[in-house]
Amino acid sequence: MSHFDWLSELLARYQDEHILVRRGSATALAPAHLLELDPEDWGRAAQVAAGYACRWAGVWAEPRNEDFVITAALAREGDHLLLRTRVPLSAPLLPSHTPYFPGADRMERHAQDMCGLVFSDHPDPRRWSRHNRWAPDSYPLRKDFAVDSAPLPAEPETDYAYIQTQGAGAYEIPVGPVHAGIIEPGHFRFQAVGETVLNLEQRLGYVHKGIEKIAEGRDAAGLAKLAGRISGDSTVHHAWAACMAMERAARLTPPPRAQALRAVLAERERIANHLGDIGAICNDVAFAFAFQQFGRLRELWLRDNAACSGHRLLMDCVIPGGVAADPTPEQIARLRGAVDPLRRELAELYPILDDHPSLEDRLATTGILAPEIAQRLGTVGYVGKASGQDIDLRRDHPYAPYDRLHVTSPLFTTGDVEARLKVRVQEILDALDLLVTLLDTLPGGPVNVPWQAPAGGGEGLGLVEGWRGEILSYVRFGGDGRVTRFFPRDPSWFSWPALEQLIHGNIVPDFPVCNKSVNGSYSGHDL
Amino acid sequence: MADYLNLQGWLLALLQTALFVTAAPLLVGWLRLLKARLQNRRAPALTQPYRDLSKLFRKEVIVADTASPLFRAAPYIVFSATVVTAAVIPLIAVHLPTAAIADVIVLVGFLALARFFLALAGLDVGTAFGGMGSSREMTIASLGEPAMLMAIFTLTMTAQSTNLSHAIDFLLAQGLVLRPSFMFALLALLLVAVAETGRIPVDNPTTHLELTMVHEAMILEYSGRHLALMEWAAQLKLMIYGVLIANIFFPWGIAAELTPTALLLGLAVIVLKLMLLCAVLAVAETALAKMRLFRVPGFLNLAFLFALLGMLSHVILEVGA
Repeated sequence: MSHFDWLSELLARYQDEHILVRRGSATALAPAHLLELDPEDWGRAAQVAAGYACRWAGVWAEPRNEDFVITAALAREGDHLLLRTRVPLSAPLLPSHTPYFPGADRMERHAQDMCGLVFSDHPDPRRWSRHNRWAPDSYPLRKDFAVDSAPLPAEPETDYAYIQTQGAGAYEIPVGPVHAGIIEPGHFRFQAVGETVLNLEQRLGYVHKGIEKIAEGRDAAGLAKLAGRISGDSTVHHAWAACMAMERAARLTPPPRAQALRAVLAERERIANHLGDIGAICNDVAFAFAFQQFGRLRELWLRDNAACSGHRLLMDCVIPGGVAADPTPEQIARLRGAVDPLRRELAELYPILDDHPSLEDRLATTGILAPEIAQRLGTVGYVGKASGQDIDLRRDHPYAPYDRLHVTSPLFTTGDVEARLKVRVQEILDALDLLVTLLDTLPGGPVNVPWQAPAGGGEGLGLVEGWRGEILSYVRFGGDGRVTRFFPRDPSWFSWPALEQLIHGNIVPDFPVCNKSVNGSYSGHDL
Repeated sequence: MADYLNLQGWLLALLQTALFVTAAPLLVGWLRLLKARLQNRRAPALTQPYRDLSKLFRKEVIVADTASPLFRAAPYIVFSATVVTAAVIPLIAVHLPTAAIADVIVLVGFLALARFFLALAGLDVGTAFGGMGSSREMTIASLGEPAMLMAIFTLTMTAQSTNLSHAIDFLLAQGLVLRPSFMFALLALLLVAVAETGRIPVDNPTTHLELTMVHEAMILEYSGRHLALMEWAAQLKLMIYGVLIANIFFPWGIAAELTPTALLLGLAVIVLKLMLLCAVLAVAETALAKMRLFRVPGFLNLAFLFALLGMLSHVILEVGA
């Protein structure tokens, strides 16, 4: 199978629909293909792509001179296609993709809130990221919005139009935004009859940090640091995606040792998070034994991180041009030595979970995300893999060093909490295999190359299989070598809407375990 | 009935009740210690529940603007009703004057009174969680209470008295007789106890997830000494069920006369019995996940079925035998 052998068919369909492709480029944002379209064709281009089984993977806008440049990402068979169009700043009107790709809903509303774009046929134009407390005409990502402008005093947002339910016995449960556990803020509104959930509506955006705005004007090292803080649990993967985008913009290739070390860090991050999640899922059904055991394994794993990188969560290890530090042979031996004990412990622990009838009773058939819905939402990562979406960038479109590795990816179709747990277990085992290969065949040489900003500006796209799923990161440099636009798309943009869908018909007390099995990032989604 | 009037008896009864009330947090501490050991982690000190309570008693009370006087009164009502229940139950000695105050049916009534005010308090502030907790608690109670009464009736039919002291006396006098009806009643009471005291697999006392809570959801709005009283009452309730099961089904060792040796022996024996019961509970709680909420009725129906079988086997096998 060669890459992009489906593109000619899509282009033919575009031609049949009289969608004019102004320009196409296979190199400008490699490895993705870029097509420039007219704004009038924007909606129909999505319609045709939806009919051609493409996955919608993101949209972002950027004011450039007198225009908005809007870029949307589509994917199919591991290849990414970018659609781009321009609308004048004075009349920022564009058809929406949401009618064809429901997963586009929130990201389009985010673009609407941040830039002041108007999606003419968007089915739900309520504000999303920019809560109603913000002034109506302040659009943070426009160039005339000062990054240090004083925010309005924080008061509760009381005028958001939630979906209402009426009828005998129907009642509403508001949960959050502040929760009892040590987790991030987000509001959930349930409509329920008895204990059965009729509808769940999420209201996120409480951890909006202005990542996109404060990225403007940063140098490469500063952006990598910022990217590492988009979502604390995905620091390696987000930093890697941002660095990959910057390196592609600057036509820079990190040395092989750096690439292998990045993968080591990334797989360690994946394992640590999956271990924590498995324990937390069990804890949510009051099976504390697993919580303690997996918590212990995660803790030991994080201590190894601290000993070998100086940071338990591996923050700031990935830098533009490579990785920050070259581990000593003893540190590499320690990382290698941690693999087998974890394998042994998992071989003992996992059968306990697997054979546990009272656990199975809680996890199986709970929170089913049907494969059709997962596909329509464009769900990736473990949520997708548990619902028949066989998407893994490391295998489908391998980037270094995965191009020299054999990557396998689990796939289930039941789509329940149990399947999402099983995907995690299998991904840990697969990641351990990858770690062994990576550490045993670690190339020599330097671990970074000096950063050189692209002369005259440039743009790049980073694509990384994060532990939650595909992370897409777009970076544009200005002529001065500083960032003018940064858009990191966390997979949580798709897993949060999936949670809204999979909870239908479940009972209220099963929500926490469903939520934990999806484990979307509030911070990565709110930006 | 002369001994119900003597001063020494009343003094002992007061002491026994005080012991009951003060020992309840220790029981929870012991249970937590066992659970921690079973989960391979270090346990907090046995006295941690006392420290928690004393911390709460010293903390400021914060009451929601929407709370009615009932919200403030409920902790005292719930706590006193539970203490009165504890006073009625023979802990280390039978034939104490308090036993004459009430029989088992009144005992169940006291518990129901406490629960009624607990549920009202949950509803009072008007938050979604409190209402949810109250609704779940009453669902569980409406299924648990008949099973409990049925189990107790089985016992009282054998002893021909609804007074706990008399029933225990009767059993002690009988010696060790294997009664199928008692086995069923014990099973029923164990299941009811798990549900009523909010333990796994029905409820999870350690969870922070509001949406899954039953008992904890009702007391979410409480703070300071109000919360302390509510928690203490819950700890007492656990001990009440523990002592009921221990002293009804395994009464041997309880002091039948009020001599120092008998009382000391009674104390030692009940401590041992409760420690063992807690060990059973800790193992069960470690080995089980919480069940889905809509399975709880099935769980309590099973308890009712056991209680019914107990009564049937009493009527069929034991009457006249």
